[in-house]
This record gives sequence, C-alpha cells and structure tokens, in this order.
Amino acid sequence: MSDAAARLGLGDPAPALELPDTEGVTHSQADDRAAPASVVIFTCNHCPYALAWHERLMQVARDYADRGVRFYAINPNDAARYPADSLKAMRARVREEPWPMPYLRDEAQTVTRRWGARTTPDVFVLGPDTRLRYRGAPDADYDDPGEDGAWLREALDDLLAGREVRRPQTEPVGCSIKWK
Amino acid sequence: MVTMQPNRPKVEVLWWQGCPSTPRALAELERVMSELGLDPTAIEVREVDSDERAHAESFHGSPTIRIDGRDVQPPAPAEPIALACRIYRLRDGRISPTPDPEDLAEALSSAIAVSERR
Repeated sequence: MSDAAARLGLGDPAPALELPDTEGVTHSQADDRAAPASVVIFTCNHCPYALAWHERLMQVARDYADRGVRFYAINPNDAARYPADSLKAMRARVREEPWPMPYLRDEAQTVTRRWGARTTPDVFVLGPDTRLRYRGAPDADYDDPGEDGAWLREALDDLLAGREVRRPQTEPVGCSIKWK
Repeated sequence: MVTMQPNRPKVEVLWWQGCPSTPRALAELERVMSELGLDPTAIEVREVDSDERAHAESFHGSPTIRIDGRDVQPPAPAEPIALACRIYRLRDGRISPTPDPEDLAEALSSAIAVSERR
C-alpha cells in the first residue's frame, strides 16, 4: 500500500499519535494540550536526506525547548527490508548521540498513514490548538547547513508570536517512506 | 574548444525512482565530464526497479555511479543491497545523497589515465 491514505491538511486537527520510544516508553501527542506548538518529524536512520538534516533539526529542538515547544521524531520504515531502521538500530543511535526529543517507532505504520507523511524527513508543526500549521521540509537545502532549519524556525516563531504562519507549506524532500 | 578523449571511460549511472537524488547527481556528473573533455551524452543510465534487479546489479542504493565498472565511492562491505537512497560522504565529512564532485573528477581522471597507458 502506498501513502495514499487520508492526508492531513493545513488547519486539520492532528490525528492521534501514541507510540513507543526506543526504550519502550509510550509518548502521546495528546499530552501537549498546553504546548504553544508541537513538531512531529518523520525521519529514519538509512536516508541521506534525513541524516543531512538531522543535526539542524536537533538544534531547532534544543533552541525551542525552553519555550515549551514539544518535538517528536518518528521512524516509520519497514525494518524487515531496511535493517538500519530497526528498533535495535534506533536505540543504538539514540544511546550514541542523545536526542532532545523522543525517537518513536511506528511499527504498524498506522500513524504515518494517518498523518500522510511521504518522505524522510517530513516535518509537521501543530499550533496550540493541535491543528496543522506547517508541513514540509526543514529548510530550502539539505546541502547547506547555513540554512539552519529556517522554514521550521519561521513557522515556530510565527506561532509563538500568535501570528499566522507566513509560509505554511513547502515540498517535503527526502527518501520515500518504506511501506510494508 | 573541448577535445573529446579517444579512449573515454565507460560511465554508468544506476538509479531508483524512490530516491530524488538522480537529477542532481547526473547534472554534477555531466558538468565534471564536460570539464574533463568527456562527452556526457555517453553516460549509460539504467533504472533499477526491483529487488531482483538490485541484486543482479549489486546495487547498494541510488544513485550508483561506476567508472569502468568501479564505484566512485565503493560501498562498505556491510552496506546492504537495497532499493534505497545511497549515503555518500563529502570530502568535508558531511553526509550527502550524491557523491562529492571532486570524487567524480578523481575517478574519471584515473580512468582516463589508465586508458591512455594502454
């Protein structure tokens, strides 16, 4: 099955997100009702685009943590065909380089289908009402660290200032989700 | 005026549609070949569209670029054969979906030098 399931559109309420992290602890985005914004990043271990953007995304999470923004990373890929995305490999990565956000495993790929993620990375930003306010790439160029996650930062700055997000949608760029 | 090499190396690009890296890789390869006086229209481009084909081609990800049969950045022994995007290391250590153009130039120059010694 492709990613042709229901697509989350701008302004839509976020579908349920309740998944285990690399240590088996369940995280729920429903716990974020008081957060000014939440960021959900579909990502993985084996994709060069996800890896090229990784440190930038981690830095955005560190920079906005003290403003109450919640971040989640979700690996949805079929680990049977892509062993680099297994839970074991995810756990090893998190233990090797501590992440400022939980790295969640969507083993059944249900959450990923409901959110309509297409690539790794694919970034979704929710407002305080948990409706979708930004969806797309972290910034304009995976190959330029100087971009610094500019589109994601811009969306968060707008939300934290109580404004409409000025650039609510960009084209996600990366590896296709590896469906079972 | 560019002079084409009489003993030009065989240049192959293997790609998979699930990875968006191919246009950029091809553009960089064509530019480097032109700078070295090689004809970029001679690039052999082949799609890898199944696991069976990936195994038959020893395909470790898209794009795979071979010069006279040698990978421009040979994969590690543990790197699996897969329909996936290939992970390259640039010369400054960064990860990239496409090889460093300097690696392309070096691989092509080596192949040209070998062919000229024959």
